[in-house]
Amino acid sequence: MPEMKQTEILVVGGGPAGLCAAAAAAQLGASVLILERDSKPGGQLVKQTHKFFGSKKQYAGDRGIHIGDFLLEQVETNPKVEVWPDTTCLGIYEDGVVTAEKDNKHIKIKPERVIVATGAAEKALMFPNNDLPGIYGAGAVQTLMNVAGVVPGKRVLMVGAGNIGLIVSYQLLQAGVEVAAVIEAAPKIGGYLVHASKIRRAGVPILTSHTVKEAYGDKTLEGAVIWQLDENWQPIPGTEQDIKVDVMCLAVGLSPLTELCWQAGCQMKYVAELSGHVPVRNEYLETTRPGLYVAGDVSGVEEASSAMVEGRLAGVSAALSLGYGKDTAPQLQAEALAELNELRSGPAGEKTMKGILKLMGKEGAAC
Amino acid sequence: MRIVEHPILKFQRGEKVTFFFDGQPVNGYTGETIAAALHAAGIRVLGHSPELHRPRGLFCAIGNCSSCLMVVNGEPNVRVCVEKVQPGMQVETQKGKGCLR
Amino acid sequence: MLIKTGIPTAEDLSKVYPSEERMLKGPVAIIECFQKIPCNPCTEACKQGAILPMKDINDVPEMDFDKCNGCGVCISRCPGLAIFIVDRSYSEKEAIVRIPYEFVPLPEVGQKVACLNRAGEEVGQFEVKKVVSGGKKNMTYTVWLAVPQELCMEVRNIRLGGVLHGE
Repeated sequence: MPEMKQTEILVVGGGPAGLCAAAAAAQLGASVLILERDSKPGGQLVKQTHKFFGSKKQYAGDRGIHIGDFLLEQVETNPKVEVWPDTTCLGIYEDGVVTAEKDNKHIKIKPERVIVATGAAEKALMFPNNDLPGIYGAGAVQTLMNVAGVVPGKRVLMVGAGNIGLIVSYQLLQAGVEVAAVIEAAPKIGGYLVHASKIRRAGVPILTSHTVKEAYGDKTLEGAVIWQLDENWQPIPGTEQDIKVDVMCLAVGLSPLTELCWQAGCQMKYVAELSGHVPVRNEYLETTRPGLYVAGDVSGVEEASSAMVEGRLAGVSAALSLGYGKDTAPQLQAEALAELNELRSGPAGEKTMKGILKLMGKEGAAC
Repeated sequence: MRIVEHPILKFQRGEKVTFFFDGQPVNGYTGETIAAALHAAGIRVLGHSPELHRPRGLFCAIGNCSSCLMVVNGEPNVRVCVEKVQPGMQVETQKGKGCLR
Repeated sequence: MLIKTGIPTAEDLSKVYPSEERMLKGPVAIIECFQKIPCNPCTEACKQGAILPMKDINDVPEMDFDKCNGCGVCISRCPGLAIFIVDRSYSEKEAIVRIPYEFVPLPEVGQKVACLNRAGEEVGQFEVKKVVSGGKKNMTYTVWLAVPQELCMEVRNIRLGGVLHGE
């Protein structure tokens, strides 16, 4: 009879949200198990060589890679937290059993609470020959460069001028790769303007209102044709430009990786401002499936700083629901909520705020 | 090609090993994924699409998208972007959807 | 427009420049940050209190130029690499421009390097006076450039040779 692993709180995903959730819950006394698909936890932090924004509480000024190391150290030195890397969560069932694959074995876990912190994945873009080798998600290029230390190519076309597109372009320059241009379909730059300024002063052109018409190449990418869009986002014939590149990076947005939430029976809602289908959840990040919480990009694509605070909030809330930290938890929850509000209160957070109101408004916000 | 000097990162590479891509020897380092080692050797076509035989390579490099499936030591449908290099490994392009024994 | 090009206009810049009088007195920090984003490490980095504490973390940084002594700690702390120090008191013909730098190879003191404006265009070849590390773990260097006075508000980057790739 295969053994059933018992734990109080199961965290699926060892990225910034998951690690903060585990640390916060364990600090209040709960025992936690983290399942991480990759061989090294840290999520997207392991590739982020740039310095983070936010405030000191979210490690502003520290590089993502160092924040990742620090968060991991926090959980590894906590005896109440177990980390299982190279473990893929497969399903969350009605009877509360969670299955996973570890070392080629099928294992079962019986947690009392689950926090899903599985992040988000790159969206694709439709254009002829978008399947040519050499056309990668921006995250893939980051993984090659910053994790494997492999040069992605000689010359890159970056599609998307959001934070990811701008940051990865800068990282490409740091790796000694030429960035031919950053193109953005919208009429303005979506990412932080300081990121844009950094690459402009390195000579990288940013072309707003441009998109890819098609890519071409014999066996691998050899070039792309881009064209301009008018005010109605329609391509303008005659504005085609040929750009010779051997790598195209798609940084056109992320979609929350919510498969486990769907499968677990959570009520889901499509919210464009949160970048896709997200689980309906209350203020404390509990979904409509009692005992199942979400944190980080899976609950709505945002930033690492918010992911960390959401993780903390979900971890504290899950632990409190088990009876831990009755005197300190409510204060910690209030602090986390205040931090999230602060991060989202400026123009950069408007979209997220709108999305969250939409998500919680119609269904009737609990608490 | 590998990055030798980087302004922020220090790459801790493992032991240099040889593995095989469709019978040809390729250099890799332990700790690297097969996809990364192939990429460094200039190999970006990892297979062909099952129906139209269009060249196919990586997309997400993190184990989500299944674009990089190859046959490794006889086992089909291996995501080479997460599978690590081992000395002497036989990595082959997969024909079609892979045969599960 | 900055939001279309990523390059601040003269109008944007006029909001963050100190007076000419202050610039001629000695080194001063110029924070080229114009957008409301949640970020405030600069306010914590400045030990002189010259970068005023923010009421709201989304506020654009504000400076008290009289309190600024041009120490330059802020340069390597800003996550956006948006802070520069300009010293117009350096000499009659030249000013020192200090820029954040995170590329390899690093320039060498005494080397003449291609200096670039905010659009990445070369405006001349000028001498590197100092290369200062931001601290052991920081890895953002500050490069001191001696540029003609009339270009001190233009030079914001440098270009060196390529990076080594191998195998």
